[in-house]
Amino acid sequence: MATDDTSNNKGLTSPMRRKLLKGMAAVPAVAAFGGGMARSSFAADGVNTTGLAVTDTEVTVGILHSVTGTMAISETGSVQAEKLAIDQINAMGGVLGRKIKYIQEDGASDWPTFAEKAKKLLVQDKCASVFGCWTSASRKAVLPVFEQYNGMLYYPTFYEGLEQSKNVIYTGQEATQQIIAGLDWVVKEKGAKSFYLLGSDYIWPRTSNKIARKHIENFLKLKVVGEEYFPLGHTQFNSAINKIKLKKPDVIYAIIVGGSNVAFYKQLKAAGFDLENKQTLLTISVTEDEILGIGGENIVGAYACMKYFQSLDNENNKKFVSAFKEMWGKDIVIGDVTQAAYLGPWLWKLTVEKAGSFDIDKVAAASPGIEFTGAPEGYVRIHENHHLWSKTRVGRARTDGQYDVVYETADLVEPNPFPEGYQ
Amino acid sequence: MTNAKLRSLASNWLGFVLLSALLILVFPAVLDDFRLNLVGKYLSFGFVVLGLVLCWGYTGILSLGQGIFFGLGGYCIAMFLKLEASTPENTAIQSTPGIPDFMDWNQLTELPFFWEPFHSFAFTVIAIMAVPAAVAFILAYAMFKRRVGGVYFAIITQAVTAVLTILIIGQQGYTGGINGITDLRTLLGWDIRTDEAHNILYFICVALLLVCILLGRFVLKSKLGRILVAIRDKEERVRFSGYDVANFKVFVFCVAAALAGVGGAMFTLQVGFMSPTIIGIVPSIEMVIFCALGGRLSLIGAVLGALIVNAAKTTFSEMFPELWLFAMGGLFIGVTLFFPRGLAGLVDDYVVPFLSKVFLGDKKTPPPEPAVTKLAE
Repeated sequence: MATDDTSNNKGLTSPMRRKLLKGMAAVPAVAAFGGGMARSSFAADGVNTTGLAVTDTEVTVGILHSVTGTMAISETGSVQAEKLAIDQINAMGGVLGRKIKYIQEDGASDWPTFAEKAKKLLVQDKCASVFGCWTSASRKAVLPVFEQYNGMLYYPTFYEGLEQSKNVIYTGQEATQQIIAGLDWVVKEKGAKSFYLLGSDYIWPRTSNKIARKHIENFLKLKVVGEEYFPLGHTQFNSAINKIKLKKPDVIYAIIVGGSNVAFYKQLKAAGFDLENKQTLLTISVTEDEILGIGGENIVGAYACMKYFQSLDNENNKKFVSAFKEMWGKDIVIGDVTQAAYLGPWLWKLTVEKAGSFDIDKVAAASPGIEFTGAPEGYVRIHENHHLWSKTRVGRARTDGQYDVVYETADLVEPNPFPEGYQ
Repeated sequence: MTNAKLRSLASNWLGFVLLSALLILVFPAVLDDFRLNLVGKYLSFGFVVLGLVLCWGYTGILSLGQGIFFGLGGYCIAMFLKLEASTPENTAIQSTPGIPDFMDWNQLTELPFFWEPFHSFAFTVIAIMAVPAAVAFILAYAMFKRRVGGVYFAIITQAVTAVLTILIIGQQGYTGGINGITDLRTLLGWDIRTDEAHNILYFICVALLLVCILLGRFVLKSKLGRILVAIRDKEERVRFSGYDVANFKVFVFCVAAALAGVGGAMFTLQVGFMSPTIIGIVPSIEMVIFCALGGRLSLIGAVLGALIVNAAKTTFSEMFPELWLFAMGGLFIGVTLFFPRGLAGLVDDYVVPFLSKVFLGDKKTPPPEPAVTKLAE
């Protein structure tokens, strides 16, 4: 539900004279009009010099995810995590002494709607920051809006990289962080020599596989024996599975997303692939959320490479998991993106407090170097390129839908959204 | 002037004048820049529903695939804008500078041949209408010459919509895939992202829409319009009278497609990108709903329908982000149950008789004309 917002009506209270003038002159002198947005009436105090929705007791932020449409099933976890973080921050006294109030908007799994809502949150609601988006398509749709109206977006999903913006903090991993450590591990641990790359047909799997292929061929000097893509929602993997049988790769490298996963892993199992004992499969796209649909018994033994698993054994994570379950129900599972979404409000709070201001420019400038020691995944730090330093981990799927963490990088992995040698 | 003359003048032009006043004077005066831009976006669907009034309301061709033509028009201008935005300086970090960013991500190293003509603005403007019209021509010619119509035609348009969406999503190196064509910046050097530009685009959109309404009226008032109605009501009889029914149907379908193309172009300009989510099956059906809700026999009513449904969508979803779809569903069910001829039917049946009673002193209200015999407005 959207919360009430006293600053909503700013547009209506702006001087009537200007509007009447504009209306009357609109036809003959279209070009002469327009002008900037009505300036907010907030007094420019020290922490807010740019007219954001900040009062002495409250600061307004936006939550922008799809809660209807095909993406709702994936994005709901992020909404829940962001609300949990905001609640916890408020319980600790808020940000710079102000309680966080959120306005939630629905992107409706439709990219133009995302752009519309992002603009509403920035222009009309004057949100001090926005936590949101999930798919790359939605991020691409809102990015120009955030840059033009100077907003701050905390984006939670692991994604393909090739992007960097002053107005975005990427709290998920970019492709090289997720991929390279996992490939190195599987080569060292499993002695893998040949790989078969699979993916859903859109920008993230394609870019990720491009990076994987370059790393396998140019750096590890090993072989890619096949590469194949399937439309989103594809459910017939038999011909691909037959080809895999023929090529006998040491590792199946799968970046299949969404509902297709269910068909893929079931058909793989039916075709006789024994992920537990014989065939190594490494994926970067199956979190605990997806296993709910796939069924643990169909994917048991597969390896997933990402930065967070619900089963991580540390104090932060135990507290996070129990708080999450308390707020949203005990049967809920928490995947990588949900955890990354949880980081958003916390990182923003820490940044605002370091900057001593809600101003977007100051927050953007203060972001590099921000450390969050309370992160469920452990410790994270914001890089100069607005991505996070984070550890990469490999988990092995269990029948109960959770992962056993079998490996984690010793150090934080540097985010590198424009990797040289991988383009 | 006699009352009869006044009444005919009023019923012919009142709606048009009121709509013009609303769009040109009222909205710019009371809405802020952000909301005005949204209204502009809604109005881009107005072009599509004008076409639907012509081909569905008056000729009886139900198309569930207007998103195709809306999308084609939108993609044409998006390709032009993307090429303009992808100068070698702007794209210096790419492996191949000078081509659109998504092509570089998909390992394309040169511009595909069908993108080349979109360097030209003149070509683009023509293509915005010609490409949708050409596709519509092929589709309609193949169907109507074989006398395929009615539900079968609707299903085929639906299938073509699905095909086109899958094609665009699948060929991402050439089309931008699911992301669409994003980050459009300037039109012939003019930055289209500023509030000022959005305001100007709004007025361009309104002006074009009003011109298209007049065009639609012209068609409907002409002899051609009467033939179209005749085709809708008794196709066989028109055929036996010596008319080649298929040609008329092809023509009106192409006009509707060209109108939708213009709408798509205005959408792209005002929203700043084009995406396959706007041309799929669901948006195509939504466009028919705009038309049904506003009144498929009224050009003005249908435009208002597009405006009202979209405004309701925005308002409901801002108020109840998790439940707004139910409110939209309720609205559709309510209107179709209680006002089968849409809001325009409501106005014709109740508001117009009431007004003429009050202002023109009519003693008794004329009975509402049955929908089938009504012509424009």
